[in-house]
Order: sequence, then structure tokens, then C-alpha cells
Amino acid sequence: MQPFTTLTSTVAPLELSNVDTDQIIPKQFLKRIERTGYGEFLFFDWRQRPDFVLNRPGYRGAQILLAGRNFGCGSSREHAAWALEQYGFRCVLAPSFADIFHSNAGKNGILLVTLPEEQLERLLLQAKAGDGYALTVSLEENTITDAFGLELRFETDPFRRECLLGGLDDIGLTLRHGDALTAYEQRHDADAWMRARA
Amino acid sequence: MKQPKTMFAKVWEQHLVVEPAGEPAILYVDLHLVHEVTSPQAFEGLRLAGRPVHRTDRTLATVDHNVPTDRERVHIKDPIAAAQIEALRRNCAEFGVELFDVNSAEQGIVHMIGPELGATKPGMTIVCGDSHTSTHGAFGALAFGIGTSEVEHVLATQTLPQGRPKTFRIAVEGELPHGVTAKDIVLGIIGRIGTDGATGYAVEYAGSAIRALSMEGRMTVCNMSIEAGARAGMIAPDETTFAYLEGRRFAPKGPAWEEAKAAWRKLPTDEGARFDRELVIAAHELEPYVTWGTSPGMVVAITDVVPDPALGATEADRNGLARALAYMDLRPGTPIEEIAIDRVFLGSCTNARIEDLRAAAKVVAGYRVHPRVRAMVVPGSQQVKLQAEREGLDLLFKEAGFDWREPGCSMCLGMNPDILAPGERCASTSNRNFEGRQGQGGRTHLVSPAMAAAAAVMGRFTDIRTWVYKQAEVVA
Repeated sequence: MQPFTTLTSTVAPLELSNVDTDQIIPKQFLKRIERTGYGEFLFFDWRQRPDFVLNRPGYRGAQILLAGRNFGCGSSREHAAWALEQYGFRCVLAPSFADIFHSNAGKNGILLVTLPEEQLERLLLQAKAGDGYALTVSLEENTITDAFGLELRFETDPFRRECLLGGLDDIGLTLRHGDALTAYEQRHDADAWMRARA
Repeated sequence: MKQPKTMFAKVWEQHLVVEPAGEPAILYVDLHLVHEVTSPQAFEGLRLAGRPVHRTDRTLATVDHNVPTDRERVHIKDPIAAAQIEALRRNCAEFGVELFDVNSAEQGIVHMIGPELGATKPGMTIVCGDSHTSTHGAFGALAFGIGTSEVEHVLATQTLPQGRPKTFRIAVEGELPHGVTAKDIVLGIIGRIGTDGATGYAVEYAGSAIRALSMEGRMTVCNMSIEAGARAGMIAPDETTFAYLEGRRFAPKGPAWEEAKAAWRKLPTDEGARFDRELVIAAHELEPYVTWGTSPGMVVAITDVVPDPALGATEADRNGLARALAYMDLRPGTPIEEIAIDRVFLGSCTNARIEDLRAAAKVVAGYRVHPRVRAMVVPGSQQVKLQAEREGLDLLFKEAGFDWREPGCSMCLGMNPDILAPGERCASTSNRNFEGRQGQGGRTHLVSPAMAAAAAVMGRFTDIRTWVYKQAEVVA
């Protein structure tokens, strides 16, 4: 996984609540058996409209997305995180995120930052001008800054932060507890009602 | 005296492998369900790292999302879908995972076959690369959907690092009014708390109206927990649960069955246990619901009208509501009963169980589907299809003009050929009315099976509470 440390980029505003993973990557693109090739299909249906934010010249190459609350709700498809990352987004700022998407994003080096509505509204206003408004998001400092003196602090889960900063692979981390797992399974397998098969 | 515990806390604590300092707990997974869409990249990850599937005895696979529902479906025409199914076959063979393939008598939607096989049991932890894994919580299991990286993690270690969710008790008290079903309970809950109303929580559904539900109804309620943002939804196991499980293929037998029941009886939340949040809903206030928009929280009673987007709290919310109305081609103030439909989909892991088909068949018996409407029934599993055919439900549907199809996810998400054409409006028993969910440009209204059946006959939404049943005695 690609580590996330500090990112400076223009910001694309998607002023909608409840953006679901069906919109982020529609189902017709879930039939691939690879982990790559999803970036070009990000927001596929919405991108058919010329006025969609990602089609406007001012937002080409933006790596930071601003969104409304409950971003990433719905389907568990990790393809949504793959599509965002492969399109070029490394960071999403929103008032809240859906749980499964949150987990999927973290496993693909995407930083999700939860900000209060009023802070986001200010950022949205500036980003909507479409004149290249940029932010610097530092996970090392837990800050968001701009060229005009803005400085916001944000909270992150300490473990998730460590994984993102280091680009750490979860399976490797779990396998450090192999002895505990063996001991647990010996105990747990004795309970007939916990077996998947009788 | 011991501290009283919630059912969630009991299941959670029984599955803690280790709680490393400063890291999420490592939670053991009792049952891992696998399907063709979210697993190929996970198996590929194992292959690249040279890792085996850690516990094949705790892993079951089926094909559901992609499979066509026509009779000739063994030969899949879509080459990309066929390749994905072929990949699952290869992966299951290579890693030793049991697969319920398209021609198996036990094939079906992954959340249907877990319970049917008796693999889903109270007190278990269950995961699957599908958000509707919350369905299995109906048995008092802790069950939740995961992404593909997590699928790989579970295949490799049979565990998951997990942050502990908070607890939320939703009690529905009293008797459900006539015509109000499990689907309406959960749509009513989502309408009240919103699509992120339970984000970060494991929900326990309780109260007399929940206890009175069959296992089918309980699965419908838990299934849509994710539509309120919940990590999981659970219902305490009881005699209804045990009666459903007894004798099923993977359920314990003989002395082990008695031992299991004794253990399961200790699972329900202790008297006096504290929840982080509680909500009580009076069952008599619930009505048959219809979603009008593009999120399951955009829901009103059948007797209501399409709402005004000006009522949104924030600019992003108002944008969302206005967008939804435009997408759905509806005007504020339109009575729901005046909305005409083109298609009816009776299916999905939410509402394609035997009880759902019985309820819908009872409505259509003696009627004909409206001439404008194309209606289809997609049983959730081979077992449901077989049972329905034994009861003659297929004949009732076919006589009414419904298409009777083979099991799978079908038009719930339209990954197979069953999709809406742009602009078509569908009364659907599924779980998501997102833009384009059932086909690009398609418009989805979520309803109960009985409401969908009545809409099929009338060609528009209609209040099931006033339905005139023609041949009620035909159906058991």
C-alpha cells in the first residue's frame, strides 16, 4: 500500500450527501477479476454530464475531494476505493463516512478526514470558485492548510494513521499474533455450536 | 453479581483472539461466505503471497451476483461475467473451498444459503464481501459486510482487526397493523433515523413486534441494517430460531444440538444491560411504505405524497433531495398512489424467501398483471424455488402473468442481464433505490412483497390494507 504523508493538491467539490458506492463505481465495472483498471470508470454515470465537477477544467488532476455527509454508503465494494485511488484521489474530506468504505479506503492508502459541517462549507465555497483552490493535508501534523493562512486540525484513529503513514499491510500485522490465534482456535473449536459445519 | 451484558458484547468478547495495545482487536471469524464478485482479487493476493486459506471448513462459496436467471443460464453469454464465475471455480478448487455452483440444488443468494444450510448459527461471527451480510444477525450472530482486502485477510487468517462498534437498541413494541410487514418495519426505522442513523453502531432489534416475526421476517429487518449505516443488526435467538435451524445440514445433531441450544439460550442481552443509544417505536404507528427517491431514507407511507426538497437541512441535503426528484421524475405533492410503474421485481436477499413469495402470491391469486407492467419473480435460492413450486406458487404467479425465474441477485443490482431500461419505473422488493442501481436511468421504489404484487396488478402503487384477496384459501 502506498503510504500517505503530506499531500498538496487542488480540491474538487462534490456538494452532495449520501454519495453511495454504486455512484462511485457502477455495477457493470465489477466483473473484472483484477485490482486495477477502475480509475477511468469513477463516477461513470455522472461523468456523462459535461457540467459534472470532474469534467470541469479547473478540477483536472485534483487529488482531494470534498463531499457531503455519509460519503461511501451502500455496497461494500472495495472497487469504489480502487476507482478513487486509481483516478488520482488520495484524500476525501466530508462530515461523515460510511463504515465499510472507511475501512476499504484505509487499505488503499486513501486518507478520509471527518470535518465539522461549518468548516467544510467554508472550504466548499472556496473550492466552488474553480480557480485552482488548493489545500495541503498533512497526516504527519494532522493539519489542513491553504495558501491564505487557513490552518485546521483534524483527528484520526491512531492505528489507522500509523498504517497510512507507513503503508502497512494488515495481514502481516495480524500474523504477528500467530501463537495467540493457534491457542484461540484450540479452545474455540471445542464448541460444537461455533463450528460452521456440524 | 456479574455486570449485565448486551448480546453484542457477549458475542464480541467470545471472539477476541487478542487485543494488542494501541491497535484494534483481532476478532475471530466463525463463518466466511464468498461469492464471485468480491473475491477474485483476494484469492489473487493469497496466491502472490504464497498463503493458503487458513480454515476451509469455515469458508463457503456460491455464485449469485452475476448469474443469469433464465433456464439456459449454465452457458453465460456475457464473457466478462463468465470469466469471473470461472475464476471462482478455479479459486475454490485450488484452495479447497466448497462451492455451491450454479447447477447445485443448494445454490442461491449467499445470504439465503447460509441460513438454509444451517451454517448460520446464533452466537457466531459471520462475514462476507457483501454489505447485506447483516442478514445473518437475525439468528443472533454478529454478521457484517467487508471489502475485498478484508476478504483476503479472513481467507489468510480467519480473523479481522476490528474497532468495537457502539450499541443501539431499537425496540418495536406492540402488534403490527394488518398489511404492515417486516420490510415496512425496517423502512420505517430508516425513515426515522436516516441512512447514516446507525453508522458506527451494532443494532439490536428487540420488542414484541420483532419477537413475533418469523425467521424470514427477522432476516428482512437485519438485512437492511446497512441501509441505516449500521455495522450489524442482531435479533436474540429464541424458540423460533431453534425451530428454523433444527435438522438443517450444518446444524448440530443429537446431544450436540441440546448442548448448542443451552449455549444459545445464554446469548440474549441481560436484564439491565446498557446500550449506547435506544429507540422505541410503537408498531401501531407503522404503515406500508414506499421509497420515492434515490436513497432508502427517502421513504413515505403509501397514503402520503412526494415531499418538497426545500425541507432539507443543509445545502448538500437540499441538493440531494432535488437531484433525487429530478432523477425519479417526480413532482413534490404527487400522491404516491398516483405513481404508475412499468416493472415489478420480486426478489433479492431482502425479500425472496418462501414467506415473501407466499405473501405476494396470495395478493396476485385470481388477478392479472397490469398490461403495461412486466413483472418477474426471482426466488432467492434453489431451495425456495423448489418449495414454492411444491406449494404451487409458481402457477399462481405464472397465471397472473409473472415471469418465474432461476435464483440469484438478479435485478437487485443488475449485474446480470436483468436490468431496467432508462426511464423505466420499478416496484422492487430489494434494498437499494440508488441512481442506476437496477439499470442506468432506471427508477426504483422499494416496497414489501405484498405491495409489489399489488402494484403489479394495478399498474401503480396501491394500499395493501384495502386489497381484496380473491383466492386467499389457495395459499397455505
